[in-house]
Amino acid sequence: MRTVTYIQAVTEAMTEEMERDESVFIMGEDVAWNMMGDCTGMVEKFGTERVRNTPISEAGFVGAGAGAAMVGMRPIVHMLIAPFMYVAFDQIVSIISKSTYTYGGQARLPITLRAPMMYGVSNAAQHSDRPYATLMTIPGLKLIAPATPHDAKGMLKAAIRDDNPVITFEDRSLWGQSGEVPDDDLIVPLGQAAVRREGTDVTVVTVAGAITLGLAAAEQLAPEGISVEVIDLRSIVPMDTDTILESVDKTGRLLIADPAHEMGSVASEISAVVAQHGFWSLQAPIARVTTPHCHIPFNADLEKQLLPNVDKIVTEARALME
Amino acid sequence: MITIDDGVLREMYRRMSRIRRFEDTTKELLLAGELYGAFHTSTGQEASIVGSCMALRIDDSMVGTHRSHGHPIGKGAQLDRLLAELMGKETGVNQGKGGSMHLSDFSIGSLGETSIVGSGLPVSTGAALAYKMRGEDKVSLCFFGDGASSQGTFHESLNIASIWQLPVVYVCENNGYGELTSAKDAVSVEDISVRAIGYDMPGVTVDGQDVLAVYEAVSEAVERARSGGGPSLVETKTYRFENHAVGRLPEHYRSAEEVEYWRTQRDPMVLFRQVLIERGFDEQQIDDLDAAVSEEIVAAIEFARQSPSPPPEAAFTHLFADPAPSAG
Repeated sequence: MRTVTYIQAVTEAMTEEMERDESVFIMGEDVAWNMMGDCTGMVEKFGTERVRNTPISEAGFVGAGAGAAMVGMRPIVHMLIAPFMYVAFDQIVSIISKSTYTYGGQARLPITLRAPMMYGVSNAAQHSDRPYATLMTIPGLKLIAPATPHDAKGMLKAAIRDDNPVITFEDRSLWGQSGEVPDDDLIVPLGQAAVRREGTDVTVVTVAGAITLGLAAAEQLAPEGISVEVIDLRSIVPMDTDTILESVDKTGRLLIADPAHEMGSVASEISAVVAQHGFWSLQAPIARVTTPHCHIPFNADLEKQLLPNVDKIVTEARALME
Repeated sequence: MITIDDGVLREMYRRMSRIRRFEDTTKELLLAGELYGAFHTSTGQEASIVGSCMALRIDDSMVGTHRSHGHPIGKGAQLDRLLAELMGKETGVNQGKGGSMHLSDFSIGSLGETSIVGSGLPVSTGAALAYKMRGEDKVSLCFFGDGASSQGTFHESLNIASIWQLPVVYVCENNGYGELTSAKDAVSVEDISVRAIGYDMPGVTVDGQDVLAVYEAVSEAVERARSGGGPSLVETKTYRFENHAVGRLPEHYRSAEEVEYWRTQRDPMVLFRQVLIERGFDEQQIDDLDAAVSEEIVAAIEFARQSPSPPPEAAFTHLFADPAPSAG
């Protein structure tokens, strides 16, 4: 075991897969310049052919990734930040999500889109989105949001090896966090949630960076006698609803902490699943701690009040116990 | 003028005839209610399609458009599985999942036709990137229309192909109309090929009704791409004889005289027949080619009609390339 940061784990995952498989390469804006610090050492090792800077042409290079994947490559396409996917939306929806289906299984699209999310750091509305719920409505895409260095490495490697398109939402609030990764090959299967803390009173499901908040809230509630089970969703599509339903069956209470906008969110989807399939386990209404249906302002204080935090989770969890 | 032997000429005519007769059949079946969906036919554009596809090898790839019944045929696909696809049958090339606007046949390098105008441009560019990265001598060819030349993907793709010197040939089939609007009202230039200058790549406009002119121009571009010389833009001036979608829309946006002119004076089948006669073929030889294609069409119709529809559960297959983990 070694201790690495989330961002180092991401670099290791990409580097190891590129060493292992010639068909894996990364392209995106400024990747060879290591602009985000997540491609350290890669251009030195693999050169600019396989660590490929692109023009600022998201539709062009995302679609090129799709075409390369269709003829046997395994591109990692770096979106720089998640909202830049909007520019490439037609390629993601019409081509990447639909080609395997529309062409009756003739096409395979082993493409990984890395979509780092930065929010809570005063970048205003256009740069601060957490758009996984938007993509969740589109069949044919796998969506993941690893929340630990271990998963960042193991799930990214699984994504690269997957024969289907995978979009990985990396929460930049986690990039600097450290954790253990094994020395040998690490693959974390997609589609499985992880119970990060066991508890008996309230299930808190966290999405992406909300894991930090969920664990802190659980710690804070423990002395009050409120036992919180924290589930890190990890994989948005496919969604491991079994693990959530089992937990709610045990605790009888559900809170979902999701940094994205509330309407039509992952939190909403989990709420619907539990209301439909776990209704008789519930002892209290389902609580969602999310961002309101409102854009992200530049002003730091204005932004901060909108986003989920530990206090909001603690308050809502206490209310569930009343 | 490049020399083309009789075998190639015969194959060109055969492929054009296959497209023409296939489209005559699909229109007939559509109007009779046996086919359904939005139908954008290739009739009138056969020379542009076949002249381009014949310049490719079977292992080169090609990407089409929403108006692409003809493109897989031009690349060498079997007619029976294409027609079965148009009938939504299990034996169709896409197993009934794609239909008229998404025909594809990966076995002959047809990487799919896409129904969002301009969306195939990045895909074909990416296939070319893969060929170049792997050191293969394959070429990627992208069909798109005058309408797609107004999309951002056109600019992005040609720019990327140029800076990376990719083995891709962009074939703009300028049939004069993007949906119902004339290219005169929607495109800033008379000849779309002049836009190649902006991407520092060769651009040429040819008569899209002249299969040999198309073949010559695209062959030159393919050769350039294959030998490491980078991308090219070829514009073929052509015309669609049918309306934007068959049997669905008003046709008040273009005059009957204009359509009649192209049908009677600029029909690529008629023009190529004259060329073949001049080159020493006799009428009977050409009629025999047509007759053989007609037999193939009859067999394709029979095959498609006899094929089963997919079972209801087929709606859920191919969502992913391999079984996805349970969604719970």
